[in-house]
Amino acid sequence: MNAISLSPTDLAVAGSLIAFDALLSILLKLNLHRQVLWSAVRMVVQLVAIGYLLRLVFALHSPAATVVLVVVMAMVAAREIAVRPERRFKGAEGLILSSTGVAIATAATVALALLTAIRPHPWYEARYAISLAGIVLGSVLNSGSLALDTLLTSITRERPSIEAQLGLGESFQAATRTLVRQAIRRGLMPIVNQMSAAGVITLPGIMTGQILAGLDPVEAVKYQILLMFLLAGASGLSAAIIAYLALGRLTDERQRLRLDRLR
Amino acid sequence: MTDDSAASQSGLLVRRLKSDLAGPFDFAVEPGGCAVISGPSGSGKSLFLRMIADLDPSAGEVRLNGTERSTMTGPAWRRMLPYVPSEAGWWLDGVIDHFAPAARDEARRLAADFGLVEGQFEAEVARLSTGERQRLAIIRALVLRSPALLLDEPTSALDTEDAMRVEAALQARLAQGCVIVMISHDAGQAARLKAAAYRMVERKLERAGLPEARA
Repeated sequence: MNAISLSPTDLAVAGSLIAFDALLSILLKLNLHRQVLWSAVRMVVQLVAIGYLLRLVFALHSPAATVVLVVVMAMVAAREIAVRPERRFKGAEGLILSSTGVAIATAATVALALLTAIRPHPWYEARYAISLAGIVLGSVLNSGSLALDTLLTSITRERPSIEAQLGLGESFQAATRTLVRQAIRRGLMPIVNQMSAAGVITLPGIMTGQILAGLDPVEAVKYQILLMFLLAGASGLSAAIIAYLALGRLTDERQRLRLDRLR
Repeated sequence: MTDDSAASQSGLLVRRLKSDLAGPFDFAVEPGGCAVISGPSGSGKSLFLRMIADLDPSAGEVRLNGTERSTMTGPAWRRMLPYVPSEAGWWLDGVIDHFAPAARDEARRLAADFGLVEGQFEAEVARLSTGERQRLAIIRALVLRSPALLLDEPTSALDTEDAMRVEAALQARLAQGCVIVMISHDAGQAARLKAAAYRMVERKLERAGLPEARA
């Protein structure tokens, strides 16, 4: 299963499609050509950099280097989750809770895969650990950020109805129950869509990549199924942990609604 | 005054109640008593009620019939003295869904007393007028049969006739020993409820002249 190696010329030819997008933007006055070009340049630089970095870390065979890389990736994801919502926590609160959610969701699912399904030797082999963590973090970021954004937006908007319930002696948990549910549901939507569309509407990227790289389609499918399960678990964990931690920070020991902790 | 005497005192007792935004407040209402607070908007009237209800963080002592608020959970405390904002929120579609099944009979009776027609109780909240919602929001608190009520401009959206109907229900509660603290701009209301009148000015509470003194 030797992959067909791509030459820089091959990539340059495909890259002309970016030029086409930019041209389209200019012709149709979409005012998007700068963003298209800039994001394309960013994508190339980021991916080339990570490619060389991964080659280096794989060659090092050092668990410490693997851990450092995974932690850095997780911290970037946690930061994205914390800063994306329009209403955010003051201070480091948002970052603390998003880091907790990202760490638990990623560690639990990646460890499960490494220790049961994939079982490389040693089990923390960089090639597997980093790739899995990377793909799981994508889902964790997506679901955690949707759940947090939905929760903070709806709780801010529903303040009068939450406080009406609190004012009548309802518990904070009961007054926010439906909002938390909605937030977690929202966080799980992307993975549910991804799973139901897989193979019918879209060929998932990882599977396609493996097939292009020369792997047997059925083998590639098995990997894809495993990954989908991991992503589903990681999405659920991330959305639920982050939503409940955020909810806890929006109340206090007297079960008040503490929107003053947001900015 | 020792804590023993405070504990044996019934009614609502507020001592050195303050937050970063307002206070300190010292305030007392005896059982069956009513206090009506008026004052310009932004003077801190709602803030004061929210502090008593423990919806906003505050320090100091608040007792109802001798029980200090810190001895019970926030929700248990607020069940004893529910707070009804002037434009209370609704969290479900139907009016009736906001009432526990056991409280619906009494809620219907009160709705009739308040001049609401039967159909409005079955309606969706979004279809009701501001005045209808305001009366129903008061009913949500009344059916809790609490020893005290905190009402933020309870009749602001009502015409005189409907306001009188609500007052009659409040008077009935006062006669049963309930403590009522309300915000109102209607000077006649304080007189009709034989209430102690207070004025909030720049987050300071002061006793206003007793309206019935002219009689």
